Amino acid sequence: MDTASEAASTTATESLSAPGRHQTMAFILMVGVLAVTPFFIYPLFLMKALCFALFACAFNLLIGYVGLLSFGHAAFLGSAGYTSAYAAKAWGWPPELAILAGTAIAAALGLAIGALAIRSKGIYFANITLALAQMVYFFCVQAKFTGGEDGIQSVPRGVFLGLFDLRNIMTMYFVVLAIFIAGFLLLYRAIHSPFGQVLKAIRENEPRAVSLGYQPEHYKLIVFVLSAALSGLAGGTKALVFQLASLTDVHWTMSGEVVLMTLLGGLGTVFGPVVGALVVITLENYLAQLGAWVTIVQGVIFVICVLAFRRGVVGEVARVIKKPL
Amino acid sequence: MSTIFGIPTQALFGQLLIGLINGSFYAMLSLGLSVIFGLLNIINFAHGAQYMMGAFAAYFLLQWAGLGYWWALLVAPLVVGVIGVVLERTMLKRLYALDHLYGLLLTFGLALVIQGLFRNQFGSSGLPYQIPPALTGGRNLGFMVLPNYRAWVVVFSLATCFLTWYVIERTKLGAYLRAATENPSLVQAFGVNVPRMITLTYGFGVALAALAGVLAAPIYQVNPLMGADLIIVVFAVVVIGGMGSILGSIVTGFALGIVEGLTKVFYPEASNTVIFVIMALVLLVRPAGLFGREK
Repeated sequence: MDTASEAASTTATESLSAPGRHQTMAFILMVGVLAVTPFFIYPLFLMKALCFALFACAFNLLIGYVGLLSFGHAAFLGSAGYTSAYAAKAWGWPPELAILAGTAIAAALGLAIGALAIRSKGIYFANITLALAQMVYFFCVQAKFTGGEDGIQSVPRGVFLGLFDLRNIMTMYFVVLAIFIAGFLLLYRAIHSPFGQVLKAIRENEPRAVSLGYQPEHYKLIVFVLSAALSGLAGGTKALVFQLASLTDVHWTMSGEVVLMTLLGGLGTVFGPVVGALVVITLENYLAQLGAWVTIVQGVIFVICVLAFRRGVVGEVARVIKKPL
Repeated sequence: MSTIFGIPTQALFGQLLIGLINGSFYAMLSLGLSVIFGLLNIINFAHGAQYMMGAFAAYFLLQWAGLGYWWALLVAPLVVGVIGVVLERTMLKRLYALDHLYGLLLTFGLALVIQGLFRNQFGSSGLPYQIPPALTGGRNLGFMVLPNYRAWVVVFSLATCFLTWYVIERTKLGAYLRAATENPSLVQAFGVNVPRMITLTYGFGVALAALAGVLAAPIYQVNPLMGADLIIVVFAVVVIGGMGSILGSIVTGFALGIVEGLTKVFYPEASNTVIFVIMALVLLVRPAGLFGREK
């Protein structure tokens, strides 16, 4: 049986048909809200939420559509963050190139880790990705260029494409929004393409997919690299937003956090990770002064989601309106 | 001072001892994980938190009840084991029909809650726990001084591991357990109460973690996060040994502890990563682990 199968059972059948109008509506609604909110809510907070939303969407591609739970996605977010920050600060690269460099490093790392991990499934896969990501963490602790405990600080934001000065926080926000939407649409396209259908086939019944002539390993590796690359895109962008790359983003607790966001929002739903990321980041924002309460609340949400709320927020909404979201 | 490969012998043996101590903990923790994984098919992410709870139980017993180390060695695993049984009965039980990953996620959440609660109460700095008087001091072996307590940890851990291995592989009770691992419904049809066995197995695995925690209390301080990072290394140990393999987890636990210690001597920069590198190499050659079977 598959991880996301229960959560995605509502979407499994419908998503075989073309994406419906309500998904387009939901997308327009999301973009509309995101375009207006920075005028009311602190943009830095929203940018953080957007970076994590992209991260969670990338993670969701693996768990939701291939049924692979990676517990090591922090490695991609963090390594890309370090790469982008270093490229922007030490080499003076423009932001777009710095972010691309981070994305490329995350993709390469994804290729290496994925090649090792996709030969296993289920718990083994989770365990192996976790351990390999921890290796990346220790590398970042010891490597000279990461600055150890200090991280890479005061990273210059620069001028995006030579046109948009990112020192203006609103400009920065809309660039981040554009990056998020680009990543989101890419994932959306991947999920609803023939390629995405094969992924679902592999998730639902791998031997059958093999018998039809598909090579699951190839597909899984491609998806893993894609997921890693987009996590890297999120990480690189985040490094420029906060002008900081630190060990927090590589630590395994970050891998747990992205699992939480996706689980809370709804595994295998298109919009779930965005909602989940928003909720978790908001919670963290309010609980930040209370020290260890953040972890306690996160843990409690985990327990509740697993025991009683496995479809997640968006999954439940989709069940009520009987449409995949 | 004598040297081996240009390394002072004292440093070498010192690191070997540290490696052996770490190996003792790796072995006991991965053994508990393997026992649980074998029957329940879940990876118990709360294992590190339960190890920490064992150490705290020892601390509480001393502070509140005046019960010393030897009592803690007996009582702490029992108490934490019972807590484990309660967790299994009330929460984990509901997840057996689902994908096993939900068990991982649940125990991950539990670990966050437990560690967060302890951190709230006791902060992140460690609380001291004294070595019992009978085990203080050390003996001079000629080439190095061996602290008695550390020798005790290694011997005790070896004995615990051997006993667990013996019970599972050589007794009738163990035979039931192994049979239930292979085919629970058939074993149930023969009249064995499999759900109760599952509960007790989880409790036993948790108790092993708590026992390791008591052993660790005098060496490392009693700290809410003492198990948080350790458990990730232990996961790698379990993957290398082969998940669910009893002997595999014991042997790889000790072996990797020693390898880690030696790395600290010869190439200190890699000492944190060496276990993960070995894991990657083992996966390339034997995806099911050194002692594991392909399922």
